[in-house]
This record gives sequence, structure tokens and C-alpha cells, in this order.
Amino acid sequence: MSDPAEIYARLTTELERKTPLAVATVVSGDPLGAKLLVLPDEILGSLGSPALDAAAIADARAQLEAERSITRTYSGPEGEVDVFLQVFPTPPTLLIFGAVHVAQPLSVFAKHLGFEVIVSDARTKLATEERFPDVDRIIQAWPDEALADLPVAPNWYIAILTHDPKFDEPALIGALETPARYIGAVGSRKTNIDRRRRLTEAGVSPEDLARVRGPIGLDIGASTPAEMAVSILGEIIAERHGRTGAALTGKAGPIRGDAEPVAAR
Amino acid sequence: MKDILPDMEAWRAAGNRVALATVIKVEGSAPRPVGASMAVSDAGEFTGSVSGGCVETAVFEEAQEVLRTGRPKLLHYGITDDMAWDVGLACGGAIDVFVEPVAE
Repeated sequence: MSDPAEIYARLTTELERKTPLAVATVVSGDPLGAKLLVLPDEILGSLGSPALDAAAIADARAQLEAERSITRTYSGPEGEVDVFLQVFPTPPTLLIFGAVHVAQPLSVFAKHLGFEVIVSDARTKLATEERFPDVDRIIQAWPDEALADLPVAPNWYIAILTHDPKFDEPALIGALETPARYIGAVGSRKTNIDRRRRLTEAGVSPEDLARVRGPIGLDIGASTPAEMAVSILGEIIAERHGRTGAALTGKAGPIRGDAEPVAAR
Repeated sequence: MKDILPDMEAWRAAGNRVALATVIKVEGSAPRPVGASMAVSDAGEFTGSVSGGCVETAVFEEAQEVLRTGRPKLLHYGITDDMAWDVGLACGGAIDVFVEPVAE
């Protein structure tokens, strides 16, 4: 049994480490305020009874998987209790190829949105801490080398901003071999047509090509680097929630999150 | 909660006590989703939000009481409570907010 201060200290440490975790709290009934911290391989605290703990742990793990916090009612030894199951899933990662001008506001805005941000570029003059002070990781390498080293998962988003076929084509081919949720590549309509032709010639299938968003971003007329960053992140957020990115005016249905309300991230 | 942790930690490091308020349930449309949180210190500082401005002042006062008593509290705000509360949500939804002292 852990005391509340120990649970809180561990919670803050694990959140800083980005550990996927859940916290169950009795919000109505006794013992009011009791907490259970559900870590991948460890449980701290108790809600007052082993049976309630077991039920809350199982539900907390399911909610973590679904990335959705919820309040549930359980029967405890002292009667009914409401337990808030708050989940903190692994944050999404934005992998940016090309430490170019657009990458600077893009990385800053993405950090505000809760993304882990990695910037990769073989040009060591561009991929520097001075230019990207806020990012989680800078990789000075060719795209295929960088990708070979990264655990790209389905909650990863890849933006290819290099504007140079010798960088962006290996980045695209490598990205298409990963389960990344989103792959976008900067470039004019002409660049995109040329790029798709070259990728087809290099053996990329039509199904894989259909995964590539290009020209990257939403249609908001973005022209400055900051506007382009907003356009790209708008498309990424829409993809994250299964939305189109169209204006809400005249649309029906929920405004926020997926079809069902989602937890704050 | 992740976004307000740095402020909470700074207040605690300065020797202040902190209460955490979290949206634990939403009915209908509400300005902030389940999990949104704000923190309040006994020095009168606050960070984050639970409703985008509609009920923060009331939650702030409740949080001060939670810090005085050390007892957590479950609050309900919504259109159905307009008679009971002088604050409510403009958007017509209802929210439950749990306020708890952060363990020392």
C-alpha cells in the first residue's frame, strides 16, 4: 500500500517519462479521493478493497487502450462508488524530415499540441539545437539511416519537408515501410506528380502511394512558414480524429474529438 | 494534467499547497473534455482550465476550501443548476469537476 504523496510523486515521474498509464480515483463515495496508479508492470495504491481494485485495474487498462478517460460506478464494500479512470496514453510522435524553415514553427506548434517531436536531416548545418531548441531529438543522418533506428508505431506522423528528391524519396520509401498513421510530403502539384511517377518506377505500389499526402496540408492558402505549419498540423489533427478538416459551419455531429468525446491529451 | 504539471511543481517547490480540479464527466456539449484540469495554489495562483472560463472563478473558491479542509469535493455545474449556482455553462451542457488536495 502506497501513501498519496508517494503515488503523486511516482505519477509525475512517469508522466515526465511519457509512460502510458492510468489513474483511478474515488470521486464519489468512500474512501473519497483514494487513488490507484496503474503502470505497465506495476500497481500503486488502493481504492479500499481488493475486488474494487481488480475491477478498476482491468477497466483502466481497457480505457488506456481506447485512449478515453471515463467515470464508472462500482459496488464497493461501503456501497456504490464512482471511480474516475483517467488515462495518459503514449503521446503521438511527429517525425520531421528536413530541418528547413517550415520545420521550425512546425516543431514548436507540435510540441504545444502534445507531440513528441523528432527532426532529422543529413545537413548538419540545418539540424542543430540552436535552430530547434524545443524538440525531443535531432538526428543528423540520411532518412533511411534515421528510419532504421526509430521505433515508428501507428501513433507516429511523418512530415517530409526536404524539397529535394535525393532526401525526400528515400524518406518516403522508408516511411511507407512503417506503420505510421500519416505520411505527408511538401511540394508543388508538379513536384507531386513527378514524385509519384518516380516512386511508381521505383516499385512503390498504388496502395502505398495512396498513403502519401501531397501537396501536404489543408487547403487554407498557407504561404508563410508558420501558416504552412498550421496547415500541416491541421491535416494531422484531422487524421488523428478521423475528420476531413472542412469548416464546421453547416456541419452536424460532435465538434470535438472522434465520433465520441475523447480525453484531453 | 500534463500541461499544468510544471506550474504545479513550481508552486510546490516554493512551499505552497496545491489543489487539482479535473473534469470527470461531461453531459451534452461542454467547452472542455473529460480529463481537462486546472490547479490552484494556496497563494492564489491558478493554471489550466476546466470550462474555458465559465466556472473557473467558482472552482477557484471551492479549491481554496478544499485546501483549508483537506477534503476532496465533487462539484456539478450545468444548466439544470442555474437556480442553485450563480455560474453555469453557456453552451448548455453539464460538467462534474473533482477537486482534490495534492498530497504533500
